[in-house]
Amino acid sequence: MTIRPIRFLAAAALFAPLLAFGQKNGCIDCHSQLDGELKAPVASFATDVHREYNLSCPDCHGGNPNTDDVALAKDKSFRGAPAKGQVPRFCGGCHADAAAMRAFNPALRTDQLSQYETSRHGQLLKTGDTKVAVCTDCHGVHGILSARLPKSTTFPWNIPQTCGRCHADKGLMERYKIPADQRDEYMASVHAKALFEKKDLSAPVCNDCHGNHGAFPPSVSSVASVCRQCHPSAGELFSKGPHKKAFDEIGAGECEACHGNHKIGPPSSAMIGTGSGAVCVECHDQGSRGFDVAAELRRTLDGFTAHYGEVAGLLSLAKRKGVEVSDAEFRLQDVHTVIVSAENLTHGLDTAEIDKTVADGEKELLGVRASAVSAVKEASFRRRGLVVATVLLALFAVALALKVKRMGRARRGEGSPGDPGPKAP
Amino acid sequence: MKRRSVLDLFFGGSLLATIAAFLYPVVRFVLPPKSHSVAQDSVVAAKAGELPPNSAKVFRFGTTPAVLVNTPDGALVALSAVCTHLTCTVRFDSETGTLFCPCHNGRFDLGGNVLSGPPPRPLETYAVAVSGADVIVSRRR
Amino acid sequence: MAKSIGRTVWEFLDERFLISTLLGFAGKKTVPEHRRSFWYFFGGICLFLTGIQVATGGLLLLYYTPQVGAAHESIQLIMGGVKFGWLIRSVHSWTANILIGMLFVHMFSTFFLKAYRKPRELTWVSGFLLLVLFMAFGFSGYLLPWNELSYFATRVGTDIAGSLPLVGKGLKTFILGGPEISQATLSRFFWLHVAFLPIVALALVAVHVLLVQILGMSKPIGEKGTREIPFFPDFLYKDALGWTLILVLVGVLCVFLPWEVGAKADPFVPTPLGIKPEWYFTFMFSTLKIVPAHILSLEGEKLAILGFLAGGLLWMLVPFLDRRAGRGERSPLFSWIGLALATYIVVMTVLTYTVPKL
Repeated sequence: MTIRPIRFLAAAALFAPLLAFGQKNGCIDCHSQLDGELKAPVASFATDVHREYNLSCPDCHGGNPNTDDVALAKDKSFRGAPAKGQVPRFCGGCHADAAAMRAFNPALRTDQLSQYETSRHGQLLKTGDTKVAVCTDCHGVHGILSARLPKSTTFPWNIPQTCGRCHADKGLMERYKIPADQRDEYMASVHAKALFEKKDLSAPVCNDCHGNHGAFPPSVSSVASVCRQCHPSAGELFSKGPHKKAFDEIGAGECEACHGNHKIGPPSSAMIGTGSGAVCVECHDQGSRGFDVAAELRRTLDGFTAHYGEVAGLLSLAKRKGVEVSDAEFRLQDVHTVIVSAENLTHGLDTAEIDKTVADGEKELLGVRASAVSAVKEASFRRRGLVVATVLLALFAVALALKVKRMGRARRGEGSPGDPGPKAP
Repeated sequence: MKRRSVLDLFFGGSLLATIAAFLYPVVRFVLPPKSHSVAQDSVVAAKAGELPPNSAKVFRFGTTPAVLVNTPDGALVALSAVCTHLTCTVRFDSETGTLFCPCHNGRFDLGGNVLSGPPPRPLETYAVAVSGADVIVSRRR
Repeated sequence: MAKSIGRTVWEFLDERFLISTLLGFAGKKTVPEHRRSFWYFFGGICLFLTGIQVATGGLLLLYYTPQVGAAHESIQLIMGGVKFGWLIRSVHSWTANILIGMLFVHMFSTFFLKAYRKPRELTWVSGFLLLVLFMAFGFSGYLLPWNELSYFATRVGTDIAGSLPLVGKGLKTFILGGPEISQATLSRFFWLHVAFLPIVALALVAVHVLLVQILGMSKPIGEKGTREIPFFPDFLYKDALGWTLILVLVGVLCVFLPWEVGAKADPFVPTPLGIKPEWYFTFMFSTLKIVPAHILSLEGEKLAILGFLAGGLLWMLVPFLDRRAGRGERSPLFSWIGLALATYIVVMTVLTYTVPKL
């Protein structure tokens, strides 16, 4: 092989990466040699979802990619970067066109633009307020990732951060008279704990309750429908109970009134009753029927929970003492399910139904209690047995020791060492 | 002479008592316990004909709950009743012919596949066999 | 009346089994008594504990099922459903550990007393092989409850076996009965634990005890005293005293620290952090962990494993290497080697449990 083919191959190898673009892309060639803001798009576009569909700079910005000359590149079709207010229409140029989108991803929705126009962001944008969120504020500009990817700004556990960029900015929110503590409140909630600690992707984030593109604060009357998506049983019970009519009359949000909206904490029977921390006394004064029912419910639940705790304590005592109690533990879990069920039933405020559920649970608990008591008894049986066995062994050891001493004395008394002496008895 | 035989008596007696103390647990051990099915890979879930069509029964399979469903077409299917979201016990919804989890509205079809709601994985299905008067549910190999 | 029937039966059996001749022979057996004769007890302790293992193991066989779907559940049944099952099983598990500890004590005491010297070389060799066998008992028995610890400890152990050069892969496949831990492994380990190893161990114990009977007890080099006590019944009663005390210890352990059932093995669960083999393997395990990745361009771990094999072989051949002891002379070099090894084992074992990120 002479040097010429080698040089040719080397040159080909050097320029091979260009083949990745299929054809010349002057935009990327030039911009990758610039600095700062003008270079950034090249790097971030490398991971962009549009690139997977073989889309590139000219497909959104227009222009001629087949030249290195800036003036020639910015030809008649060149659209440049859209102004903030133009962004939704810009993106909607493809994403709201079902026929166009069919060529790329037929399953993708195409109603985002129309939804956006109904949203608070969209409405304010129409009035000329460019401080509101547009497509690029949430999805990014050049490094847009599919929402299915964990690094995407719209992946569930990144959404509080994405929304919070504006909504947790006190200065920005002051203009609109909206508080800026929602994200922090949400992050302290049981939903955030499920999402971030337990990695439960089904836990709700901002868009699950407020909507995605049609984001709007839910009206007081619709909050409950939102919660019912995942909590239907509580919702059904509430609707059947006396609170529904009452709340509707005074215009109180159903779930939100007692559980909050962003900082939803883990519910417990502490919320029920007449003491501090109970939500009932926020409306029901002492002497009222509601007050009495609240007190009664709390008493019922506390009694059952206390009984459960006592049995659980007995079981763990037996377990610590080494007795096998996994069967009883399994049945105790069923009883725990009854506690959860009873607490849920309080949404319906049907004291008769709650009493029946608790009564059934108590019956089951008695069975577990019997097992627990017998397990504790088994533990002390073992200890007593050990004492008996140890005493017997100790007596035997003493007998042995005495025998040995006696034999030793007898041997020493009878003649020279090594003489086995008389036969052992 | 007398002292020797007292010691011998003590020796022999304590030896016998010790041996008895050891034999007692051994004898109780070898006597069979009340019936405990050990092989937890297979359980008699119900009696044949116990369930009418379009109904179900929750039973214990090993250490976890399972559900035996007599489908609307009369077939018997068995699945784990532990919801794959947060381990609540699912129940059969005869109106829709699906398995429903009351905790967060998860829904499964009778093949265990997730139809809607938060559960991330399908329910494990078990093999059902009718042997005489018993419906036997066992783990699939 | 009873006495004369007894005598007739005795004479009948004696004529055929020559029992009185045997008893006469046994009656003459003596054991030296000197400053160091305390160490003589440890052989008998090992034999006694082995007897307990055979008895409790045989009882556990009544209820244990060596099947992946039922093994763990059968242990649960033994611990919770069978009367005194908790006791039989806990005795078996605790005694296994105590036995292996006593085997090490017995081995090192005979080493320091140079009891391996001529003519007792084969007693030492058979004894070392028995130690290896009993560690195999421990390893195979550990998998049988089929809980999380069993599964992963077996995985770690067989991975180490599999990393041996040349034979590693074949050896691992043979041990596991396949490419990974499965029902085949459980069946194989069960076979090892209740059939193969007991037969081999029985043969080796027979050889070992026979040699002790024929050759008598070894006296330390330079021990000039000639005091002896009869084995039957004097030494045996002293033996029994030790055994009784050990039984009390085992009883206390079983009641206050019964062996746990654990969580059922699940191959899809990630390996628990800090998984270790049983304590008697930890000195080797920790050595492998601290050995540098490469020593003179050879893989450190493989070198360490080969080192253990070579070391074990040399240790087994000590009676043939220690010429001075063979001549009845003091042999301090080997005493220092033994001390170094014992110290190493103790230090590495303790380090495994005290240093968190070894």
